[in-house]
Amino acid sequence: MTGTVDFLLVSMVLANLWVLGSSRLPSCIRALAFQGVALGLLPFALYPGHITWDLVMLALVSITLKAVVFPHLLKRALLEARVDPQVEPFVGHGVSLVVGVASLALSVALFRRHPLPIVPPSDLLMPVAVSTLLVGLFVLIARRKALTQALGYLVFENGIQAFGLGVLQHAPLMVELGILLDIFFAVFVMGITIFHIRRAFATLDTMEMAELRG
Amino acid sequence: MLVSLLCLLPALAGLVAFWLPPGPRVRRLLPAVGAVHFLLSVLAWNEPSGGGWLGLDALGRVFLAITSLVFLATSVYAVSYLREEPAGLQPDMGGEDPFSNAKESVFVGCLLLFLASMTLVCVSRHLTLLWVAIEATTLASAPLIYFHRHRRSLEATWKYLLVCSVGIGLALLGNFLLVLAAARGASGGAEVLWLDGLAQGPELDPHWLRLAFILLVVGYGTKMGLVPLHTWLPDTHSEAPSVVSALLSGALLNCAFLGILRAVQICAGAGQAAFAQQVLVGFGLLSMAVAALFLLNSKDTKRMLAYSSVEHMGILALGIGLGGAGVFFALFHAVNHSLCKAAMFLVAGTFLSTFRTRLVARLGGAIHTLPVAGGLWVAGFVALSGTPPFGLFLSELGVLRAGLQVNPWIAAAFLVSLATAFVGMARVVLTVALGPPVLAPPVRESWGKSLPPLALLALALLLGLSVPAWLAEGLRQAAALVGVS
Repeated sequence: MTGTVDFLLVSMVLANLWVLGSSRLPSCIRALAFQGVALGLLPFALYPGHITWDLVMLALVSITLKAVVFPHLLKRALLEARVDPQVEPFVGHGVSLVVGVASLALSVALFRRHPLPIVPPSDLLMPVAVSTLLVGLFVLIARRKALTQALGYLVFENGIQAFGLGVLQHAPLMVELGILLDIFFAVFVMGITIFHIRRAFATLDTMEMAELRG
Repeated sequence: MLVSLLCLLPALAGLVAFWLPPGPRVRRLLPAVGAVHFLLSVLAWNEPSGGGWLGLDALGRVFLAITSLVFLATSVYAVSYLREEPAGLQPDMGGEDPFSNAKESVFVGCLLLFLASMTLVCVSRHLTLLWVAIEATTLASAPLIYFHRHRRSLEATWKYLLVCSVGIGLALLGNFLLVLAAARGASGGAEVLWLDGLAQGPELDPHWLRLAFILLVVGYGTKMGLVPLHTWLPDTHSEAPSVVSALLSGALLNCAFLGILRAVQICAGAGQAAFAQQVLVGFGLLSMAVAALFLLNSKDTKRMLAYSSVEHMGILALGIGLGGAGVFFALFHAVNHSLCKAAMFLVAGTFLSTFRTRLVARLGGAIHTLPVAGGLWVAGFVALSGTPPFGLFLSELGVLRAGLQVNPWIAAAFLVSLATAFVGMARVVLTVALGPPVLAPPVRESWGKSLPPLALLALALLLGLSVPAWLAEGLRQAAALVGVS
C-alpha cells in the first residue's frame, strides 16, 4: 500500500501549497476540504490490516467534518459576513510557497537527525505532518483576515492529527471523537465570532482590532 | 458514580438553560447548580476513586474543591449582576459606542457548561481526555467573554480563541510525543497516557520525554498565563464581565495548572523531575518579573488584577519548580489566590457598574461611595499582597523558604518581584479607594453583590489564621502525588 500512502501524503503537501499560493478565499477553503479527505483516508492506507468498524466510523465522521462541515461553515461565514474574497497576505504568495517547501525540507532534515524510537508506517508521514503543522502556523501569522486565521488553525490541527496517526495506531475511540468534537465546536464558535467581527468592525482585517494593549 | 454526576449535572443544566426564557428563573439555576455541585464536591473529597476514564485523586479533589467553591460564590453574585444589567443599549465606558448584552439564557448556559468542562479537567484520568476537557473550557468560555457586545470584547474573544486553541494544540502534540517516549517500554506506547499507569515511568526515553514536557508546558502554560504566552490574559480578563473574570482567574487558570502538574507527575515518575523543575523555575521567575513591571504602570483596575494573576501563576510554577516544601505551599497558594482574586474581580465588577469606568484616572473615593465594596477592595489587596494574617502570607513565606534552600538568588528575585508588584498595586488600589471622590455618596449596595466577595475573603483570612487538619492532610497528599523532591 506504499503507493496509496505516498499518494495521500503528497496530496496533503499539495493542499498546503494550494493554501499558501491561492489568492482567493473560496479556493483556500476547497484546498482545506481536499486535505481533509486525504487525511481521513490515510489510516486505511497506513494500517490496511487493522480495519475495524470503529476505524471506519471514525474515518467517516472525520471526513464528513473536515471535508464537508468545516468548509461549509467557513463558506457560510464568508457569504454571510460578505467578506471580500481576497486573501490579503502580509507575506506575498511567492515567498509563502517558498516557506511551504522549506518547511517540508526542514521537517525531513529534522527526522533524519533525530530518528524516531519507533518505525513509522511510512517514512514520509512524520515530515509531512510536521510540515503541515508549520504551514498552518505560518498561515495564522502571515494572513490578515480573521477567516484565514481560522483556516490556518485547521491546517495546523490537520498536521497534529497526521502526527498522531504515526504515533498511535489508534487512540481509544472516545478520545478521537472527543478531539473531533472539540475542533468542531472551535470552528463553530470561530465562525460565529467572525460574523460578529464583520458586523462590528465592517472588516475582517485583524489589524483593525488593536485597541487592547498595555 | 459521584464523579460522573459532578460532570453531568452542570452539563445538563447548561443545556436546559439554553432553552429557558431569559428572566429570574434561568438566573436562579446558577446558584442552585452551584450549591449542589459544591455539596457533591464535598462528598467526593472523602471518596477517593480511581480506575477508568473518570476518577478523583488527591490533586484532582483539591482543584475540584476550589473550582466548585469559586463557582458557588460567583453564581450568587451573578444573580444580582444579571438582575441589574439594563435590557437595552447601555453606554460604553467612555460614554460613546453604546452596546447591548448577549442573551441571558446563553450566558447562563455557557457558564454552566464552563463549570462542567472545568470539572472534567479535575476528574480526567487520561491525558488526552484532559486535553479534550481543557480545550472545551476555552470554547465554553469564549461566548462568555463576548457577553457585552462591543468591539473591545470581540477583539479579546478572538484573541482568546486563537491563542488558546493553538497553544492547546501544541499540548496535544506533547501527548503524542509522550507516546513516542514510551514506545520502547515494556507495555507499549499509548499506556503512558493513563494517569493510573504512572508506575511504568522509568522506561520512558528521556530525550523525547523532555521534548514532550516542553510542549505540554507551552500548551497548558498558554492557558495558565505564563509569560511569554500570557498575551490573551489581560485583554480577556479586562473585557469579560467581572463574574466571568472571577471564574477565569479563580478557577480556569488553576485547571490549566493541573494540566502542567500532570506532566510534572510523569516526568517525576520517569526520573526527569530535575529537568521539569528547571523549566518551571524559569517560567515562574520570568512571569513574576514581567507581571510586576506591567503592574507598576497599570491604568485600569481589571487589567491590574489580570497582571496580578500572571504574577501569582508565576509563583505557582516557581513553587513546584523549587520542590521540597515549595510544592505544598504552591498548592496552598493556589487555594488562597483563587479565593482572593475571585473576590477582587467581583468587587471590581461592583465598581464598574457603579462608576461605569475601569480607568484609575477617573476613579476615586470608592470607600466613601461604596463603603462595603470599598472596604473589601482594600482588604482584598492586603490579602493578595501577602500581608499577614491572610493565607497568602503563609504560602509566599513557604515558597520563599524553599527558594532560600535551593538558591539565594532565586529567593532574591522572588522578593524583588513581590515588592515591585506590591508598589504597583498599592498605588492603584489606594487611589481608587481613598482618592478624591468622583461620585457623591451614598450608593445603595446589594447583599447579593457584597456577600460573595466577603465570604471568599473571610475564608482566605481563616486559612491564614489556622489551616484545618483535613485540608493540610489533603494538600500534603496532593504534594506527594506530584512526586518532585
